[in-house]
Amino acid sequence: MNKNNVAIERIINGIATENPIFIMMLGMCPTLAVTTSVTNGIGMGLSTTAVLVVSNLVISLVRKIIPDDVRLPAYIVIVASFVTVTQLIMQAYFVALNDSLGVYIPLIVVNCIILGRAEAYASKNPPLASTFDGIGMGIGFTWGLFLLSAFRELFGAGTFAGIQVMPSIYKPIDILVKAPGAFLVLGFIVMAMNALSIKTRANEITEGCDNCPGCGMPGADPDCEGKEGKKA
Amino acid sequence: MNSLIMIIVSAAFINNVILSQFLGICSFLGVSNKIKTSASLGGAVIFVMTIASAVAYILYTFILAPLGLDYLQTIVFILVIAALVQIVEMFLKKTSPALYTALGIYLPLITTNCAVLGVALNNVTDGYDFIESVVSGFGTAVGYTIAIVLLAGIREQIADNDIPEPVKGAPLVLFCATLMGMAFFGFSSLG
Repeated sequence: MNKNNVAIERIINGIATENPIFIMMLGMCPTLAVTTSVTNGIGMGLSTTAVLVVSNLVISLVRKIIPDDVRLPAYIVIVASFVTVTQLIMQAYFVALNDSLGVYIPLIVVNCIILGRAEAYASKNPPLASTFDGIGMGIGFTWGLFLLSAFRELFGAGTFAGIQVMPSIYKPIDILVKAPGAFLVLGFIVMAMNALSIKTRANEITEGCDNCPGCGMPGADPDCEGKEGKKA
Repeated sequence: MNSLIMIIVSAAFINNVILSQFLGICSFLGVSNKIKTSASLGGAVIFVMTIASAVAYILYTFILAPLGLDYLQTIVFILVIAALVQIVEMFLKKTSPALYTALGIYLPLITTNCAVLGVALNNVTDGYDFIESVVSGFGTAVGYTIAIVLLAGIREQIADNDIPEPVKGAPLVLFCATLMGMAFFGFSSLG
């Protein structure tokens, strides 16, 4: 496979096949918390993308230098540094956005998408592919946030990116922009995606460890104790 | 004293860490299959979050702030939490192997639980003093435990129901969380 193909494949992978929000269910905290308006959703998506791309690149560059035992702490420090840089840039140039995203900007550090990609992809692949993996995942994440926030803002507040679009006769469904609405809208979106994928691959068996999203993750077999270390 | 009670009530119910601040969602959705495991996880979180709040306060007030290094708080706090979880793990392994086995994989997972880092950062933003920070950490962790144990209770009850195929798994959990969130919304009038 030549370099162009790898790049395109990684980006499609991030947007659709392994979409971090709808398929992998990663990074749920910012997904639910900041999607009250389109501006917040896209702002969060782009800041996460920036951190993801740079940290994927750097981790991929140093992947052969870092001893295996201390790789996770090392990754966390790399990610935390870039998050701090992002936060300082946001404080300097995007004051309003920074205020409305608040504590969720520093919390990008513990966003499972970033550490997840570092561990699953960037630590094993060359820098260029890792960078595109970051871009793909970032776009997938931003697109997920956009979908969720557009729906919530449009029906919950009657606006789109702060501009009134719904006719004044429309009564906004207040609960959608409040906390419970986040769970509700995401639940419906994931349900719709499930319904679509069930239709397309009708009789595929989803049991067994190959399709298991990981211990304790939604969709995992509750009785499964993991591949290694079966508890008595 | 009154203000401390207010901090606990506010952290545990009014601004419930999961249902209104959306921190720690990964473990909330993932580790809520059984009441027993979620209660163990809740216990571990109470333990780590209370200590982490105290240590983060001390580090921030006596080292970072005087040196003007407060922009390093994110890096320092996450390292402190990671180290703390490791120490707690080693300590439990030596002193209480039973509890260590019960907590199992959930203990290391707390490092990436954004609720712990979130509380440490929020304590700084809210300008709490030492006692208030510890109380707020404890109250938040209690709120976390309440929410995750309640959800596990609901999931145990509906586990054997006849659920439409597309709703199974994540959507069902999200819908349960919606209803819990609405119920907890009622507490907001307390503040």
